[in-house]
Amino acid sequence: MSSKHQPTPSPRRRLSWNDPATRSLIYQALVLGLVGLGLWVLVSNTLHNLAARNISTGFRFLGDEAGFAISESVIGYSPDQTYARAILVGVANTLKVSIVGIVLATLLGTLLGIARLSSNWLVARVAGAYVEIMRNIPLLLQLFFWYAIITQSLPSPRQALHPLPGVYLSNRGLVVPGMVGDAFDWILGGIGVAILAIIVLAHWARKRQEATGEIFPVARAGLGLLIAFPFLGWLLSGAEFIFDVPELKGFGFRGGATLSPEFTALTVGLVVYTTAFIAEVVRSGIQAVNRGQWEAADSLGLRRSRVLRLVVLPQALRVIIPPMTSQYLNLIKNSSLAVAIGYPDIVAIVNTTLNQTGQAIEGILIIMAAYLTVSLSISIFMNWYNARIALTER
Amino acid sequence: MAANVEAAGAAPTRGLPPPSGHVGPLSWARRQLFSSPLNTLLTVLIVWLLLMSLPALIEWLFIKADFNATSPQECHASGGACWAFIVEKHRFILFGTYPYDEQWRPLLASALLIGLLVISAVRRFWRPVLGLIWLAGLSAVAILMWGGVLGLSPVENTRWGGLPVTLILATFGVAFAFPIGVLLALGRRSRMPVIKALSIIYIELIRGVPLISLLFMSSVMLPLFLPEGFSIDKLLRAQIALILFTSAYIAETVRGGLQAIPKGQYEGAESLGLTYWQQMRKIILPQALKIVIPPLVSVFIALFKDTSLVVIIGIFDLTQAAKSALSEGGWASFSIEAYLFIALIYFIFCFSISKYSQSLERHLEKGRDRR
Repeated sequence: MSSKHQPTPSPRRRLSWNDPATRSLIYQALVLGLVGLGLWVLVSNTLHNLAARNISTGFRFLGDEAGFAISESVIGYSPDQTYARAILVGVANTLKVSIVGIVLATLLGTLLGIARLSSNWLVARVAGAYVEIMRNIPLLLQLFFWYAIITQSLPSPRQALHPLPGVYLSNRGLVVPGMVGDAFDWILGGIGVAILAIIVLAHWARKRQEATGEIFPVARAGLGLLIAFPFLGWLLSGAEFIFDVPELKGFGFRGGATLSPEFTALTVGLVVYTTAFIAEVVRSGIQAVNRGQWEAADSLGLRRSRVLRLVVLPQALRVIIPPMTSQYLNLIKNSSLAVAIGYPDIVAIVNTTLNQTGQAIEGILIIMAAYLTVSLSISIFMNWYNARIALTER
Repeated sequence: MAANVEAAGAAPTRGLPPPSGHVGPLSWARRQLFSSPLNTLLTVLIVWLLLMSLPALIEWLFIKADFNATSPQECHASGGACWAFIVEKHRFILFGTYPYDEQWRPLLASALLIGLLVISAVRRFWRPVLGLIWLAGLSAVAILMWGGVLGLSPVENTRWGGLPVTLILATFGVAFAFPIGVLLALGRRSRMPVIKALSIIYIELIRGVPLISLLFMSSVMLPLFLPEGFSIDKLLRAQIALILFTSAYIAETVRGGLQAIPKGQYEGAESLGLTYWQQMRKIILPQALKIVIPPLVSVFIALFKDTSLVVIIGIFDLTQAAKSALSEGGWASFSIEAYLFIALIYFIFCFSISKYSQSLERHLEKGRDRR
């Protein structure tokens, strides 16, 4: 007992219930054991049940011929192709409706969020009423509603509504002017090149300003590029007249691009619903920036556009981006409600697949894996972005 | 300062009336509606849009609407909304195929569930006894719906339908998801790596997939998980999926509250020699949960709306009841009326809950300001 007042040089850890580290180890082993046991019971039950029902496990069915038709697809597909191809069509359809939905909902939601803060009483009230109504009605019900409006209340193609030249709205969906040939691809390519060029330009302009103090008008130059490159693409593709205007022929439409009733209802539903949420995100982001920030920037003699771009927006975006990301993720996940109105998204196609093959577990795993990939990659990207723009504190 | 002294000494004089241009409806309109060319344009545009749409809408909704037609054909003739369909089918939409003479039971059960929600909204009841009230209320609902005791005739849950099913899925869902969610939130903040990892995996997995895939999983895979001879009914499967789903969202909300508690509170609790569970129960959770009440209410609203998704696996909730009512007796073309009717029911619930949440937020903030 001579070492009573001196710490022992290297105390041997004794396994004792009174040692928090030991206790924690025991708890963790216990929890892990219980979870493992639970999983083992589930898996063995499942295997037993599957064997009893003569269902084979595994993903071999993906190579079999699908044999069912899909009403619309972004990529080519015919019923004699494989299940794997059919599911890929589903993924592409989900991405299509998600991207269109996200773009439209962001634009409209931002406008609506600003409208809610408008000094115009009427504008603010109408925007507020829209947000309150749409947020408080289930999305599924809204989808049923829009689908019913399109398929039941709209006239047949012969009496189609004709709000704009070249645009027809009937119970067969929405028909709009389409692009002919590969002009569309060239223009899309032009936009891609322009975006890359703008990123490079912005980087160069910032470097130059840091070095010399000279300011380069990136916004105006970027706008110029965004017009010039697609135009160049159009010229390269042969400079044809690119719009194919639909016309009424017999009982249907000839030409143009048709958006099916299912796609139209799903897009309208998702956009109308998500817009209300994005409006709230934008409103709270703008309100989160202190008035003093505007005034301080004014007093530095900055131009109004610079105040917005250099002082207010960076602070508002810091508040807006995390909830905005979760709204995007919600929209992507909500697009799975497509199955209720018959739009062939991934859930609908996997559902058909598992009804045909009986491979329920594999099917559900595919759906979950697809959504998890999208969700996790977006949240990893957002975490990285958030860390980049976060305030650097002590 | 001088002005103040003067004002204090002199008799209170009445101020001049405001300049005539600053009061009255005309000046209000000038300030609020026509303050700039853009605002004027927007005002004119909105008024024009409202004038174009509202009269036609009101005519369709009320003036031309038919409230007492007896057949679909009669309703078609009116050219307006066919509310007669709702009048005819309201019992079916609200209570589904529950035996007609016994429908006072789902009505009473719905009233009880709404009563539970209302009681939970009153701050005077925010104490441990609320847990007992919920237990008693939910048991009473189960007895009323199932019957079989106290002289009530037994009713299979395959015959339940409509509003009570929606309310049951939402309230039972939140009642079970809440404790699981709190445990998961604590698990995610735990210092034990295994528990932390398991909690994170669960929360992120569930939040990464749509509710539909969980509902499919519960309806297709749950029966496979169970040993032979056991079966689990459809409604319970949907309820389990909703609980699993909601608990992950509650966990993330509660975690936000836990993170907002200053470190000193944890250290203070520890220095008192309290055990982990004592620290949480007596010091950390009461503060953390108070902060997150408004976002928790939002989670509940989301759950309430999400219960409509059970339609996809064939549960007879409010939305499915409306769809079924449409498919009988030639009323199929009045789906807009049916959807508007149940949209109104959902809206009344969700809107009042969200208004309550906003007022609560103001109250809680007031408390924080005083401190």
